[in-house]
Amino acid sequence: MKKLINDPRSVVAESVQGFGLAHANLVTVSEDPIYITRKDAPVSGKVGLVSGGGSGHEPLHAGFVGQGMLDAAVPGAVFTSPTPDQILPATLAVNSGAGVVHIVKNYTGDVLNFETAAELAEAEGVSVRTVLVNDDVAVEDSLYTAGRRGVGGTVLVEKIAGAAAERGDGLDAVASIAERVNAGVRTMGVALSACTVPHAGSPSFDLGEDEIEIGIGIHGEPGRHRIPLENADGITDRLLEPVLADLKVTAGDKVLLFVNGMGGTPLSELYIVYRRAAQVLAGQGATVERSLVGNYITSLEMQGCSISVLRLDDELAELWDAPVHTAALHWGV
Amino acid sequence: MALDVNWAVKWLTLSAQAMAEHRTELIELDRAIGDSDHGENMDRGFQAVVDKLAETPPETPGAALKLTAMTLMSKVGGAAGPLYGTAFLRAAASLGDAAEIDPAALAAALAAARDGIVARGQAEPGDKTMVDAWTPAVEAARAAADAGGTDTLSVLVAAAEAAEAGAVATDPLVARKGRASYLGERSAGHRDPGAASSALILRAAVGAAA
Repeated sequence: MKKLINDPRSVVAESVQGFGLAHANLVTVSEDPIYITRKDAPVSGKVGLVSGGGSGHEPLHAGFVGQGMLDAAVPGAVFTSPTPDQILPATLAVNSGAGVVHIVKNYTGDVLNFETAAELAEAEGVSVRTVLVNDDVAVEDSLYTAGRRGVGGTVLVEKIAGAAAERGDGLDAVASIAERVNAGVRTMGVALSACTVPHAGSPSFDLGEDEIEIGIGIHGEPGRHRIPLENADGITDRLLEPVLADLKVTAGDKVLLFVNGMGGTPLSELYIVYRRAAQVLAGQGATVERSLVGNYITSLEMQGCSISVLRLDDELAELWDAPVHTAALHWGV
Repeated sequence: MALDVNWAVKWLTLSAQAMAEHRTELIELDRAIGDSDHGENMDRGFQAVVDKLAETPPETPGAALKLTAMTLMSKVGGAAGPLYGTAFLRAAASLGDAAEIDPAALAAALAAARDGIVARGQAEPGDKTMVDAWTPAVEAARAAADAGGTDTLSVLVAAAEAAEAGAVATDPLVARKGRASYLGERSAGHRDPGAASSALILRAAVGAAA
């Protein structure tokens, strides 16, 4: 294992400290327990937006704290959900009285810990709505799994729900917009290499030089199946096909296309994937009205990408375009 | 020996030792079908439990288990934190403020712990989770307690042996809950890390009473 770290046990604490120093104009960092809040939180009259999850997915979630997006981010240990003793104070810190929305990726640990924190917050008189993100088409949503995972779509949910909260929507309205985005987005990912969790010290799965893993999540867990390496267009087709089928994209649909890097793939390759995905969508008569390309929800140093497609309407497009000022997304301000 | 607060503290201390000793093994089990964090989280959580017990020494077995529950919930994270936290919390409530635990109370506390895990995680036997270690342990403990006598050690031994067998029996199962369920058929052939850590904890309970 070769990593730019001091001690595997202090990776999250030191990284969050650095983040706070680098973005002191945007955020405030609480070091014990660890959580990050928007500098001007709580914003008077505004619904608070809190998200969190295991570390190792940066810039998610701390990179999305700021005007027009999240009010707080709660990072757990690497690939481990945060605990209620972090989530609760973060929730209280961003509550202006208008209530708080928890945006939770659908993983057993995240759901259980946020559920507990939401109960505790309610006991303190704070109204909490929880929105689960589960956009991953690689997982069969059935009685026989923990349900679909929250992956790339999380970024889109946080941006659009953040804009809704910023324009003054109430608690139920913000939660409802977040649910609309989640319902309209599907994602599929691929890994070209595994990643190494600092405290584990060895790669999270073994992948041959000429193999790729289709349907991976964002925690270094293996995917649905393993196939021989193909070229970028071939892999893009494989990822996009189940996304479009599940979303039932047809001619005339307007969409947002999001090609996300897993942390170890250069932007140039992500654009090769974007190129093909845009061609396929155009071929089906869909219009790509908005786009996002880059490393936004990563899996440490994993090589690979995910493709997300979000069905857009005028309101969602307008909320997407609304000003945002965070460490990782910044426009219109 | 009597199962009193000294036994409870020794049990939790031996559990912490077991998590430290088996940390790498639990990480490896989790690496195969999860996300490589179980050993790290359990080790960190139980070290915190040992610190807490030294800081505020409990007066009853129930109090020791409640302190453990609160610490695990706030330190472990992932699914294991809330699941083990709930298990210890329910067991503590079942024991109340009794100074000593008899076989019937022991069997009832183990059943309460298992019920708490099921209520939180919604897993059923056969889903390849820690429930597959706890359910046979609860049944074996109840049978041993029902056999009569005042021997708590035989109840603990029965629970530990059944949990160990239950953990081994998760090997061929296809996971239907938790992160391993994403693997579908590929989760078969690996032991569930939560069942493995549960067996270690129940084995530590025997060590503390021996």
